[in-house]
Amino acid sequence: MDDIPPYPPIDPTTFDLIVIGTGLPESIIAAAASTASKSVLHLDPNPFYGSHFSSLPLADLPSFLSTHSTSPSSPRPHSSEDSNEFSVLDLSTRPLYSSIDISCFSPDLLDQNSRKFNLDVAGPRVFFCADKSIELILNTGANQYMEFKSIDATFVGDNKGNLLNVPDSRAAIFKDKSMGLKEKNQLMRFFKLVQGHLAGELDVKISDEDLQSPFVDFLNKMGLPPKIKSFILYAIAMADYDQEDTGVCRDLLKTKDGIDQLALYNASIGRFQNASGALLYPIYGQGELSQAFCRRAAVKGCIYVLRMPVTALLVDKDSGCYKGVRLASGQDIFSQKLILDPTFKVTLPSGSSPPPPLQAKLPFFSQKDDRGKIARGICITATSLKPDMSNFLVVYPPRSLFPEQATSIRLLQIASNLAVCPPGMFVLYISALCDGDDQGKKLIHAVMNTLLTVPPINSESNAAVQSETTESGCAVQDETAESSSTGPSDPGEGKPTLLWSALYNQDLTLGQVDFICSTPMPDGKLNNDYLIDVAVKLFKKIYPEDEFFPQTSSENPEDDGDGDVSPET
Amino acid sequence: MHGRPRKAPKPEDEAASTAKAQKLRALQSQFFSFHHDKIYTKEAVELSAKLLEINPESYTAWNYRKLAVEHYLSQPECNPDSVKSVLDDELRVVESALRQNFKSYGAWHHRKWVLSKGHSSINHELRLLDKFQKADSRNFHAWNYRRFVAHLMNRSEHDELKYTEDMIYTNFSNYSAWHNRSVLLSALLEKKAEGFLLKENVLPEEYEFIHQAIFTDPDDQSGWFYNLWLLDQTVTTDSPLLVSTWPTHGSDVLILRDGCQNGSSFSPFTTLHSESGSFPIVLYFNQPVEGVNSSTVTIECGFNKNGYLLWEPLSVSNSQAAQVWVAHLKFPTSELDSSVEVSVGHSKGIISTRGFQYCHPSSFSFNVHVQPVEKDSFQVSVAESILWREENFKVYSAQSEESIPIATFDQLCIKDGHDSTASNWRTEALAKEVECFRELLSLMDCKIGKLTLARLLTAYDAMSFPFANKLVHSEEVLKLYNDLMKLDPTHHRYYKDEHSLVVLQKMTSSKESLLQHCFQYKDSVSSVIANPICLRLNNLSLSRIGAFEKLLWVQMLDLSHNELQSIEGLEAMQLLSCLGLGHNKLRSITALEPLRKLKSLRVLDISYNQIGDHSIDTTRYLCSSPLSHSVGSELNTDETVISDAALVNYWEAFYMFKDLKLNQLDIVGNTIADEKFKSALVKIMPTLKRLDDELLN
Repeated sequence: MDDIPPYPPIDPTTFDLIVIGTGLPESIIAAAASTASKSVLHLDPNPFYGSHFSSLPLADLPSFLSTHSTSPSSPRPHSSEDSNEFSVLDLSTRPLYSSIDISCFSPDLLDQNSRKFNLDVAGPRVFFCADKSIELILNTGANQYMEFKSIDATFVGDNKGNLLNVPDSRAAIFKDKSMGLKEKNQLMRFFKLVQGHLAGELDVKISDEDLQSPFVDFLNKMGLPPKIKSFILYAIAMADYDQEDTGVCRDLLKTKDGIDQLALYNASIGRFQNASGALLYPIYGQGELSQAFCRRAAVKGCIYVLRMPVTALLVDKDSGCYKGVRLASGQDIFSQKLILDPTFKVTLPSGSSPPPPLQAKLPFFSQKDDRGKIARGICITATSLKPDMSNFLVVYPPRSLFPEQATSIRLLQIASNLAVCPPGMFVLYISALCDGDDQGKKLIHAVMNTLLTVPPINSESNAAVQSETTESGCAVQDETAESSSTGPSDPGEGKPTLLWSALYNQDLTLGQVDFICSTPMPDGKLNNDYLIDVAVKLFKKIYPEDEFFPQTSSENPEDDGDGDVSPET
Repeated sequence: MHGRPRKAPKPEDEAASTAKAQKLRALQSQFFSFHHDKIYTKEAVELSAKLLEINPESYTAWNYRKLAVEHYLSQPECNPDSVKSVLDDELRVVESALRQNFKSYGAWHHRKWVLSKGHSSINHELRLLDKFQKADSRNFHAWNYRRFVAHLMNRSEHDELKYTEDMIYTNFSNYSAWHNRSVLLSALLEKKAEGFLLKENVLPEEYEFIHQAIFTDPDDQSGWFYNLWLLDQTVTTDSPLLVSTWPTHGSDVLILRDGCQNGSSFSPFTTLHSESGSFPIVLYFNQPVEGVNSSTVTIECGFNKNGYLLWEPLSVSNSQAAQVWVAHLKFPTSELDSSVEVSVGHSKGIISTRGFQYCHPSSFSFNVHVQPVEKDSFQVSVAESILWREENFKVYSAQSEESIPIATFDQLCIKDGHDSTASNWRTEALAKEVECFRELLSLMDCKIGKLTLARLLTAYDAMSFPFANKLVHSEEVLKLYNDLMKLDPTHHRYYKDEHSLVVLQKMTSSKESLLQHCFQYKDSVSSVIANPICLRLNNLSLSRIGAFEKLLWVQMLDLSHNELQSIEGLEAMQLLSCLGLGHNKLRSITALEPLRKLKSLRVLDISYNQIGDHSIDTTRYLCSSPLSHSVGSELNTDETVISDAALVNYWEAFYMFKDLKLNQLDIVGNTIADEKFKSALVKIMPTLKRLDDELLN
């Protein structure tokens, strides 16, 4: 960060709200606050929008991850002494990514195209056509900044590399080739039961007792065979943990929640005429979503300053209340409210003790919440995992790859028609919840080994995150790279050959509602519903009097939405 | 497009519709004046286009446009380019009319007419169709037009089959698509196109396909229709078969001229009485056929030298196709003992209504014994009446070696035999289906599943045991129909009918079970029935009768105390002379139509039915009317009778009974049977000796 250009001064110097970081929850709050006629300053230390939710060029991803993987080398010297009115609390970044492992097997091919990649940092992530984020996008008009395409299909994978189509609708059940007639009948009857229940048909109402019981028990009660149970639990209700092993399951789905998930899925299918399945993906990557809300905020008067690190918080000496921020430029900007990106933590002023009111608060604020980690992997190939299909989701239910696999692993393949990679290439996003780095790696590797041909690596020192090491490692692999680029299909097993991969574990942090509000990191779910809930909660916390995106009568977002969702034809 | 609730019109809608009507009326009157004066100017033609855009249902306007086009084509100045542009205009008008209402018959027809002229490009048509089939994938007009266009373009059936399959995959709840599939497959099978040479290779895949739909959503009816079509394809043999005959092969027929049997050793089952000097020969096929005549069916016997026989189709409609055919063979007055051989289908010409040749030439032979007249017994029996009373019947004890002439395949000499491999795949396919639907029913209670299983089991029994006469699944089938009657009361009557048919099939399936229903009428023998054996199918709560192929021999039949509303098919029982239909649910005289074909019927009991209860005759439309040509000519011959005012009011009775030579009729207990009606009956049937147990003069 030595080559930061000189910062121009910001004017005015007082705002209703300062938002630091342009991740999804921050962007939504900035847009909501601007819509509620607040004056908002939205800052981001990065030169791009999206923060931990961004989509980055191939070359930029490793450096972004490594920047956020280490504690600051040394605390910055105090830029200034405490003034009379307020104390200065230095901000430092906390390590959010660990065990970063970048491998490159085809440097030439990728170097030429680095800018043509838009890699999601928080992948795999999709939209359900009827989920909260789509609703929000339509309600706020953010859809005018985005375009979507339908994800073609969902599969359930096994340890032999087979991908079984998930029959998620009547037409899909009819068409399915892998299910027996009996299974088709059972699954469709279950769907009808759920639909009848949701439609309020009295004769098929699911009892309250059943609704409160574990979903897996209800599925057993319905007599569904294991394969179908697995489809419903992990590929439609998208459960994270092994629902049949209460020992390892940290999130046992209740029937009510399971039904809600099915309802969401069901409402998603066919919601938009030009979207065939339940899932959508934005053209140019998930980073577009944060950016769309930033644009929405900017239209309402929010001021944006990128490449602007914040060095410290200013708090009232006596009350300990938040006053403002000190920018890397040295300028102090004041606001009533602050929303902080999860990157930052407050370090205690060295030598001096904090003002008494903060003594109680700070330790809590700076404590690292232990929500476990999520292992993520990004792989690039030159062939699709499914020859006739470009964009699809694969779910590996718990225990499907190896006996100790306690969580679902999800894989999303996105092709160049979604403008995330150059033509002829495919990006695979993989993720799974895990406790530690080793476990995470094991989960991601299990999928990669099942589906991909991973060329041998000479220097296994990739654990060290220097990109130089990686590149030199690649140079040795020229032959492999050549063969994989010219003839992508591996004659041996027919598996796509890995060209590049990035494996990393990301900390899961909760958003905090405290004397300073901070937003959460990307969660382990497939869509953004949780993040939108947090954004709404934070907005309500700082502006309890204001409505979160009031409906304007002039707009008819539903109509706008239909046209904009998929521009395929 | 389907299942959308209709909204009540709002006031402003009504105002708009009034305005529209006014505009339409003005347009229409102007249009009619143009049409009337045969004005085909540009303005006039444009006016009709305007009219059609608002109201695509105006057939007159479409026809006017056709006339206008023809008018233009007849002009000397027209050249190929201008013709094309005129026709393209027509296509445009049709397209905008279809946009207004894409189910307009007139518009689709007009488009066909224009394209048939052959001057327009048809490449645009499939694109247009895609648009309409996207808007409503079931729209049968579009599907129908698609078949027309595909034919015009010479698009291969394979391509169309693929298209249809794609449409089914998008949403299998599509009657039109399934129908189109059956049409295409029929065409491919008929052509014996590559890969479609043999039904047995094509149908199993289709079964597999339709099972996916049926199991996925058993409540969706569109798939069941296709399944029914497949079942029909499986069960129905292409070539018609001769199922049974009377007399049966190898039987000895004793014919009594005018008297009764006198201690002869002939079986009462094959003894009959003939006043007319002829006896019927009945051929019973498994499906309606045409072309039964003295060249396709030849006869060899000592007394009919020229071999000519007049074969008559036995069908209540006047069609030339029938499942049952009859001919009357005259025999000499002298005592006779002769064998008769009948050969069926040795020369071509017998064709099923679906166009398949009868190709199993077969023959059967029997002996005829004519017994001379015995005057004594003739006189004794003149006034005796048949009373359907319990005490008049006693259980018939069969003589040991007696064979009931239940006709079966094995009694026919089928020289060609059936291709056993050809019927094997059918049996196998049915067995598979049975298994499949048992599985479906094990998963859920589903009425259409039960019905299909019942049909499958019936077909399976009929197919796998055609020679053995076994009905191994009849109990299961009866149970299924009983369940269905409870499960689906709306269609109770249909299930009841099917149930009745199975009951009858079961009863006639073996000699033992049939004998249980055979009774001997009194000790003394009536003159009208040479054969004292009465088949009693009373008190069985039958709503329909069937299994006629096994009952061709019956001369006396008691169907009383059932729930019959119809006696459809009874015309096959040509030997019938005494028929008891008392205490049933016959609702009209026209319901008796099959009786008109029974020339030997002498005694009829239709007492205690519901004839005349209902003012609306639901079987009326099935019956010919005095205004229709066929009956009209017959009426003219009897003008003296029809001129009777009393008979005019009872023309149905006149039509029904005038050709019957009944001796005895019981009609008491019907609303219609008042004194006036009864006196009319007496006039209609001069042969009548007893009416409601009263001796007539």
